Amino acid sequence: MSSVLVNAPRSARRGDVIEIKTLILHPMESGFRAGANGTLIPRDIIERFTCAYNGVEVFRLALSPAIAANPFIAFSTVATETGTLVLRWTGDNGFAVEETLSIAVE
Amino acid sequence: MKGAMTSPPDRPPPTRRIFLVRATQAAGVLAMGASGVAMSPAAPASATPDSLQAAIRTVVGSAPLRDGKVTLDLPPLAENGNSVPLTVSVDSPMTPTDHVRAIHVFNEKNPQPHVMSAVLGPRAGRAQISVRIKLNDSQKVVAIAETSAGDFWTASADIVVTLAACVEEPS
Amino acid sequence: MNRRQRSAASRTAVAALAAAVAVTVTVALAQTPPGTTGDARRSGYHDMGPALRAMQDDDSANPAMLWVRDGEALWNRRLGAAAKACADCHGSAASMAGVAARYPAFDAQLGRPVSLEERINLCRTDRQKAEALAGGSRELLALSAYVALQSRGRPIAPPDDERLRSYVAAGEALFKRRLGQLNLSCAQCHDDNGGRRLGGALIPQAHPTAYPIYRLEWQGLGSLKRRLRGCLVGVRAEPFADDAPEYVSLELFLMRRARGMTLEAPGVRP
Ligand code: HEC
Ligand code: HEC
Repeated sequence: MSSVLVNAPRSARRGDVIEIKTLILHPMESGFRAGANGTLIPRDIIERFTCAYNGVEVFRLALSPAIAANPFIAFSTVATETGTLVLRWTGDNGFAVEETLSIAVE
Repeated sequence: MKGAMTSPPDRPPPTRRIFLVRATQAAGVLAMGASGVAMSPAAPASATPDSLQAAIRTVVGSAPLRDGKVTLDLPPLAENGNSVPLTVSVDSPMTPTDHVRAIHVFNEKNPQPHVMSAVLGPRAGRAQISVRIKLNDSQKVVAIAETSAGDFWTASADIVVTLAACVEEPS
Repeated sequence: MNRRQRSAASRTAVAALAAAVAVTVTVALAQTPPGTTGDARRSGYHDMGPALRAMQDDDSANPAMLWVRDGEALWNRRLGAAAKACADCHGSAASMAGVAARYPAFDAQLGRPVSLEERINLCRTDRQKAEALAGGSRELLALSAYVALQSRGRPIAPPDDERLRSYVAAGEALFKRRLGQLNLSCAQCHDDNGGRRLGGALIPQAHPTAYPIYRLEWQGLGSLKRRLRGCLVGVRAEPFADDAPEYVSLELFLMRRARGMTLEAPGVRP
């Protein structure tokens, strides 16, 4: 089931600063929380988010357990050329989700 | 136990709830379900101003931290600490020779002081990032920007976090 | 805090609560401005600060939209022994415009009112010939969020259906009945003390304008029924059984109490 929501312009003029807003379904279990039986619930978080523009990384975020569940991340990048933006979320327990956007730049 | 509250993530032992009951008795307002927070003897101590300073030093080293250039947008009051919107923006031309290299956020009282670190550069166009964070208590949040010149700029904000009422037991 | 301290804290909280309600009720009466004629009803949306209102207002920032997206996928997925999608019978989801604004509604076949979630599940079992979705399951919430979104901006319009009358009356009676160890009625908080603070939380007027909601406390999407269960636990009452008729009666009453207010589903609440 889809678990990512990305909002970004599909086209832009060269040199425009575009904003990219993302939401992803994830519990961001901090590892500091006690479960019903008093023992700690194991940590399960997204640790890293990256955005590559035509293969070049333009943004990276390291997340700690203090990032809220279902992380929202909004950042910007300069529209330089037509191509793809690859967004990638990775984390504990082999979590890896990738979303590709295309952008037309004139 | 009926009437227990869910413990939001990162919440330390519930001393604050006990306090809340006492404080609100005095104020003549109410606190619901002040009992029965699931609490673990294994829960770690929360970050202290000292560990906050230590965490900041791991990023900044011995470089001076200067106030300014950084804007930290955080509501003064959060109705629930589970998800508090935060935006950091930095006054920078974001050119190849003069830009922000990284933005870090720390907090004072969660079990772990580090919140996030963003790595960016001139291709960001604008030195700004928004996320949502968990805060287990009213506290100070600190944002730090690292520039291409190797300078560190900072801003901080204080936030009051209130508790949700009418919460269910953890299921 | 050990068990004894905990129950002591709980007793003092109960006492503080009862006393405070007594006090604030008097204050509320004294403060009612004379000659107010306007509609004093307000959605819980307006009780939230600007940050949470902004979270609800922007579809690319509202986490409930993660469920809506799944709901859209489910709407178009063929499944069950009938191998039918919702879309095969209903067409575009736009055909659901206004539906969430008039539920719960009477189901002739069952001979009782059903909530929107139940109505969707009836199509799952009777039309798609698939297994019913569990109440509160991700799929059922996703479908109800997607269906409810189609009524966003519309006024709440409960049907004037004779067959619902006794259920609405039962819901109203329940709303006014004192419940739980705290011996408080829904009305004492939501009619008499709406807009005041309970500990840190603002007491809303309890209008079902935004369901299903993304509640920060839950860190997820939840139904009106789940929200009601929270208030029952809050007054230390044993929540009704999951399939108890009390929930649908309360929902029917709340929708009438909110008649004409604007639907804003799927909303965000603390
Ligand atoms: C095989 C055809 C069929 C399928 C598949 C189907 N439905 Fe229905 N649905 C109906 C019919 C017919 C009605 C109205 C009559 C009735 O059942 O009372 C209805 C009624 C409804 C209603 C109530 C509308 C109102 O105006 O009160 C909702 C909501 C609904 N369906 C949702 C769904 C959803 C969501 C799905 C997919 C999970 C779905 N339906 C799948 C045939 C279908
Ligand atoms: C002791 C006071 C109290 C009582 C009694 C109470 N509630 Fe609530 N209720 C609250 C508070 C406080 C909130 C908001 C919770 C929060 O934001 O943390 C709330 C929230 C709600 C909401 C959500 C409103 C929205 O904006 O989405 C509904 C609906 C509701 N209550 C219905 C009920 C019903 C029905 C009853 C009786 C069975 C009831 N409540 C009893 C205090 C109470």
